[in-house]
Amino acid sequence: MDSGRITVVSANNMSMVKLPVAVEMRGIVKRFPGVLANDRVNLSIKSGEVHALLGENGAGKTTLMSALCGLYRPDEGDICLADGSVGGAKVVDIGSPRDAIQFGIGMVHQHFRLVHNQTVSENVILGLADTPLHLDLKSVGGRLLEISERYGLPVDPEAYVWQLSVGEQQRVEILKLLFRGAEVLILDEPTAVLTPNEASELGNTLRHMCAEGKAVVFISHKLDEVMSFCDRVTVLRDGRNVAALSTRETDKKALAKLMVGREVLFRLDKSEVAFAEGALSVEHISAFNDKGLSALHDVSLSLAGGEVVGVAGVAGNGQRELAEALTGLRKVTSGKVCVNGQDVTNQSPLRFIRAGVSHIPGDRLGMGLAGNLPVSDNLIMKAFRHRPLSVGPFLSKTAISQFSDSLIEAFDVVTPSRNTPARNLSGGNQQKAILAREIATGDGSGDVGVNVLIAVQPTRGLDVGATEGVRRALLEQREKGTAIVLISEDLDELLSLSDRIAVMHAGKIMGLVRAVDANMEEIGLMMAGEAS
Amino acid sequence: MEIGLVASILSIAIAAGTSLVFATVGEIVTERAGILNLGVEGMMIMGAVTGFAAAFHTESVAIGVIIAMLVGGAMALVHAFLTITMLADQVVSGLALTLLGSGLASFLGQRLGPEGMPLVGQIGPRFEKIALPFLSEIPLVGPSVFHRDLLSYLMYFFVPVAWYFVYKTRPGLHLRAIGDSPQTADAMGVNVFALRYVYTVVGGMLVGLGGAHLSLSYTPGWTENITGGRGWIVIALVIFATWNPVRAVLGALVFGGVNAIQFRLQAAGTTISASLLNMLPYILTIVVLVLITWAEAFRKRVGAPTALGLPYMREERT
Repeated sequence: MDSGRITVVSANNMSMVKLPVAVEMRGIVKRFPGVLANDRVNLSIKSGEVHALLGENGAGKTTLMSALCGLYRPDEGDICLADGSVGGAKVVDIGSPRDAIQFGIGMVHQHFRLVHNQTVSENVILGLADTPLHLDLKSVGGRLLEISERYGLPVDPEAYVWQLSVGEQQRVEILKLLFRGAEVLILDEPTAVLTPNEASELGNTLRHMCAEGKAVVFISHKLDEVMSFCDRVTVLRDGRNVAALSTRETDKKALAKLMVGREVLFRLDKSEVAFAEGALSVEHISAFNDKGLSALHDVSLSLAGGEVVGVAGVAGNGQRELAEALTGLRKVTSGKVCVNGQDVTNQSPLRFIRAGVSHIPGDRLGMGLAGNLPVSDNLIMKAFRHRPLSVGPFLSKTAISQFSDSLIEAFDVVTPSRNTPARNLSGGNQQKAILAREIATGDGSGDVGVNVLIAVQPTRGLDVGATEGVRRALLEQREKGTAIVLISEDLDELLSLSDRIAVMHAGKIMGLVRAVDANMEEIGLMMAGEAS
Repeated sequence: MEIGLVASILSIAIAAGTSLVFATVGEIVTERAGILNLGVEGMMIMGAVTGFAAAFHTESVAIGVIIAMLVGGAMALVHAFLTITMLADQVVSGLALTLLGSGLASFLGQRLGPEGMPLVGQIGPRFEKIALPFLSEIPLVGPSVFHRDLLSYLMYFFVPVAWYFVYKTRPGLHLRAIGDSPQTADAMGVNVFALRYVYTVVGGMLVGLGGAHLSLSYTPGWTENITGGRGWIVIALVIFATWNPVRAVLGALVFGGVNAIQFRLQAAGTTISASLLNMLPYILTIVVLVLITWAEAFRKRVGAPTALGLPYMREERT
């Protein structure tokens, strides 16, 4: 009986197919206090295509799409939906996400909108008004499996969201939209959180959906993916339209130039560096994760000063725990960690810092910065213990101002002032601030240089220009003789920056290859758990 | 003799626990929606004084209960307006509500009696005990569980319904979602603002009902500080119950049971100081809280609504 009610839902969805199949946004203007996020932007999306919306961070992509899916109301401009008749379109008012879903428009946000304490099925039917009062999760699960099979999105309907990997959570987000019969799916930087394999799987899914007549908007600043997944591309810069073209008529270089407004270097030149042995030695360490399960198993690594070792692997295979074990944030249950011959195993993070270990955490606003504190306070977080920033228990305001201003200038951190809360900075500038603190100040006293740098996903979510800047800074640090552990899910990044690449799977190092000899396939196999 | 003791402890436990159950489930509903309301003590005592005053003047316990619930709901509405619309700090607003409620209740208790006289010492109507046929004759538990007043029977019925509502219905799903991830709920078209208002007010009404139970059933009449800190026990019980209405009953009965035991000990003429015995339930609450939090922290999942206590604004740029 209940399954009968569910069929009614799908019947509604069927009728939506005749409703809007394409979207046109005309002259969209959206202002935020002090910022013109969208300045008369036009966008036209056809059904059956993957349309890339390309632009650097802050170019206004997300704002534009938030207007389309009802989160923001644009200050000016029209949104038109095709109404089924030939060439016919009607202007619609999308006042809320619910309106947007009614019009068949749905968005997968960069930060997933999922309730972690609920199951996949519960998340999928959340907000659906025409489900029966009594939750019939069994029939929802059945219908979910049907859709997931049709589009190749495997998922367990009864699993709790907190149990799922990031890739699986993204699938739930897409399924949520498909379950509601969305015709226009907006994906906000969907591959930022995925492994290369997951990303190419996502590419196939998108193809699948387009073949079924859906329209997909793919927000990205990753040129490779735009070129390989998308049919057409609209480029935004500083909140304005720059170009709208077909991917067949263009190439990566041209798109990068349109997006950034200048030529961009994709491969940075790496100079030869004389290695100094024994900067970091990790011997057979094991550790548990937060749930008390084994996360690192007998991991050994040895880095020379001036060497970059990349750590590749699918997210959740122990990279985070490794980074934490190497910075004193996580206890190891066995094994030994030495920095410059000094045993720091299971010492406090402060001892690690004093030994010259710097850390660029993967979670920028969580662990890297105190978002509500001003930029200057964030910059002095390591150096504040020493003169001239503090004298005894007192902080020196003038010294702090000078110190932070010099770092802001040296690292080109774009911020209205040193007193601006760190969370208000763009992702790229937040990362620059972290780099400034970690690289420029070493252990804070100025006595110990940066011996070891643990960098976790340092360019995740950054645009092309900012990525280039961060990578440049890492390479400069390498030339200064720092041993760098670079944990990243971006294989291109690993290949271009690393001297050697270690591949992690299930808490073990599956193999260690020289970057010049490495090939993607071999690394991909090791990431999947096959030993070399 | 032993059996009689158990039965009488159970009986007092239920009597003392009923008001706690209503108030705890009320606060659970509110917190599930993501709103922390520390005004329980204030709403409860206001429910107690207005409920008794209304019943006293109308000679109807039903009207007393309705007035108590309306007063509890109205106070919660103030909290809702401050925290949901004005985005005020929930802790501060809740504490203010408790201070306001305690003071106002004391004042009203001086004025709401006959002809503006104090209510203290007045004898008004109370809920009468009703023995359920057949059930109340079950040995041991029968007289304790099935020879009670209407409010207790309402509780028996209400708790499973609340549990079913929270875990097994569509509105319950939405309730859990707005407290756990309001952004998600909003994006899925759930009206976060309206629902948070609704559940804050509903929670306040249930707390008011708990207060009415005190003055119309448990210790009929009005005395200063009739709640005796029960509002704070409720806050602890919510955590003890891990936001699950059924577990709230367990916590309330344990608290009520300890209360019963200490009464018994006093009646038996023990040499332990009465003040120390009176402390027992509160000490137990602290011990249980420590144990629970410790054990749950060990498992890394306390089960609190993730967005509890956080205001929600839609056009926030992240």
